[in-house]
Amino acid sequence: MDNKSVKQPVKFYQTGTFTVGNRLLAPDERSVQANMTRTNSLNSGHRACQGCGEALGARYAIDAAMRAANNQVIAANATGCLEVFSTPYPETSWQIPWIHSLFGNAAAVATGVAAALKVKGRKEVRVIAQGGDGGTTDIGFGCLSGMFERNDDVLYICYDNQAYMNTGVQRSSATPGAARTATTMAVGEDPGAPFGQGKNVPLIAMAHEIPYVATASVAYLHDLETKVTKAMSMRGARYIHILVPCPLGWGAASQDTIKLARLAVETGLFPLFEAEHGEVVSSYKIRRREPVEEYLKMQKRFAHLFGKQPAVETIARIQGIADKNIRKFGLLSLS
Amino acid sequence: MLKQTEGSHAMAEAIALCRPEVICAYPITPQTHIVEGLGEIVKSGQLTNCEYINVESEFAALSVAIGASAAGARTYTATASQGLLFMAEAVYNAAGLGLPIVMTIGNRAIGAPINIWNDHTDSMSMRDAGWIQIYAENNQEAVDLHIQAFRLAEELSMPVMVCVDGFILTHAYERVDIPSQEQVDAFLPKFEPRQILDPSDPVSIGAMVGPDAFMEVRYLAHQKQMRALELLPQLSAEFKEKFGREAGGLLKTYRTEDATTIVVALGSVIGTIKDVVDDMRAQGEKIGALSICSFRPFPTKELHDALAHADRIVVLEKSLSLGIGGVVSHDLHMALAGTSLKAYTVIAGLGGRSITKASLRALFDKAQKDALEPLTFLDLNTTVVDRELEREKALRRSGPTAENILKQLGTVAATVR
Repeated sequence: MDNKSVKQPVKFYQTGTFTVGNRLLAPDERSVQANMTRTNSLNSGHRACQGCGEALGARYAIDAAMRAANNQVIAANATGCLEVFSTPYPETSWQIPWIHSLFGNAAAVATGVAAALKVKGRKEVRVIAQGGDGGTTDIGFGCLSGMFERNDDVLYICYDNQAYMNTGVQRSSATPGAARTATTMAVGEDPGAPFGQGKNVPLIAMAHEIPYVATASVAYLHDLETKVTKAMSMRGARYIHILVPCPLGWGAASQDTIKLARLAVETGLFPLFEAEHGEVVSSYKIRRREPVEEYLKMQKRFAHLFGKQPAVETIARIQGIADKNIRKFGLLSLS
Repeated sequence: MLKQTEGSHAMAEAIALCRPEVICAYPITPQTHIVEGLGEIVKSGQLTNCEYINVESEFAALSVAIGASAAGARTYTATASQGLLFMAEAVYNAAGLGLPIVMTIGNRAIGAPINIWNDHTDSMSMRDAGWIQIYAENNQEAVDLHIQAFRLAEELSMPVMVCVDGFILTHAYERVDIPSQEQVDAFLPKFEPRQILDPSDPVSIGAMVGPDAFMEVRYLAHQKQMRALELLPQLSAEFKEKFGREAGGLLKTYRTEDATTIVVALGSVIGTIKDVVDDMRAQGEKIGALSICSFRPFPTKELHDALAHADRIVVLEKSLSLGIGGVVSHDLHMALAGTSLKAYTVIAGLGGRSITKASLRALFDKAQKDALEPLTFLDLNTTVVDRELEREKALRRSGPTAENILKQLGTVAATVR
């Protein structure tokens, strides 16, 4: 279990928060971002919204990958917010070689880059594909599965904000039940997105028995960096699925991005785990379990659950999903 | 080396001689034998330094090719028909990004109704995508055009489609001269990309371009096509010098010098047309033929110069633009603007319908008397068409058209309601 947050014998809590402070860690374990010589792969000045979880997740993930690969990284990007806000030409925020082709083909383009590097004998250069949940779990899913199945030497990172935010917040197969989107309106008998739909791509990735699958959160950046670093130490197809709150799409305050990301984990709604070759090898233990209401009520996309007559049954159903995750991934017991 | 071999296999050998570094393979009839042939050549070790990737769709095939080409590898794939449509988004993208990918199209009809046989509807549907499109007359030219295609693509940094008639060429066994590795190496230098993804010199490729620059980017892509109009004849001439035979270029004329009627076509059907031209010439008729090799870019001026002296042209098209008629004819009208030439469009051979000498002879005789309709469908079975039209008039729920026609023809053992 390389997950440092799990293996630490002592919990370094800062007063009043649950954050592990960099200054309490050994220098070589400190965050990439705490290092003055970090690569700034996604440079400042891009056009992401205030409080964008995806921008934060991408910066940390790619910088960690850069450090792990001695700055020899090429990225293929799906169409979406990350692509649009980072490259309004002639400006580009990318300090790394970067290609955007289409919405649904980032994994395949990355496969092509990896193949070219292999044939040219450039083993030191590593390839990352990245996209949002729409580009990953929906339109790009065929190419993603193909890349997994062939075990191509690509790390695919999905920044999951649970809907098509770039086009104006429409439902994707990563949108949770009851969430209001522009195509699952908060009207009618069952307002918001339907339950019993959607797909869990980390689990589907595991079913391909690829070397490494992990979930991560922008509230646990050190854990995120550790997972990226670990993924970069391996060859073959690897997948990291990062939950990245979207203030615009979720209807939340910009300053609450990290809080929401943390609550998603602490409620059990977004379990953090790692899997190797199809088997779960570690999961992040919840430190202080929170009821799902705490997470839901901060977001306008769930506001219809908290009207004059709270939707008790729906909230209970969401709590049930959290409870099931906690059981399934062993999120409570420190084993 | 002279060989009696299948067209697809000859093409696979020629492509391997071009030393592709990444090949994306996905099966679709009638192109499949080409990528199968390449797979064997790579797996047996005859072609080294090549990644052969079995992808999960045509969309992935071209997407992998996009990534590989952007990372500096000489990249090849092949497709046909529905496969070309399935990768359509990536077809435009590869051209927009200016990536010199070479792709063979084993020309095949597009459904519905599903049909695996030859016509040109597939590649014609991508005529505006920004790829150079060159059409082979026979298997020797199919081999030779692939060798020229890599050179052309890489000099201009734009993708090239080599269009070969499905089955008629891909599955035909005929004598083909396969060049030597030394010959190909002398013609095709090492790939030096214009743009490359490399950590030592990072670039962003595929950024968003707004209204302030999009027109200019598209204009430059058009200019590249115009440059191909100059480059294609040069490459063809150099090819002839090094390999000793004619292949490619913009267009080829056959007995057109004093012709009053010139038949225009693309691809393998020109062989049958030439036979009919010979028969008619033997009887003193002033008829000739012209085959367009480069459909994109369209050699407007060269076509004007080659055709303007005639009284009439017959454009034999293996594709149909529903709602207007010919695809190539439309472009030819632009080339012939200002002339008093009569132009007849003939839709022929859709979905693999045989184009026979007898039918062509009757057609050309009629054309020479100017007795052709502006738009003609060669060998159309008007009896079944009329009967189906009557059915549709009589019955609201007249049923599926294609299946009704098959019933009428007796292909399906059932009677018409």
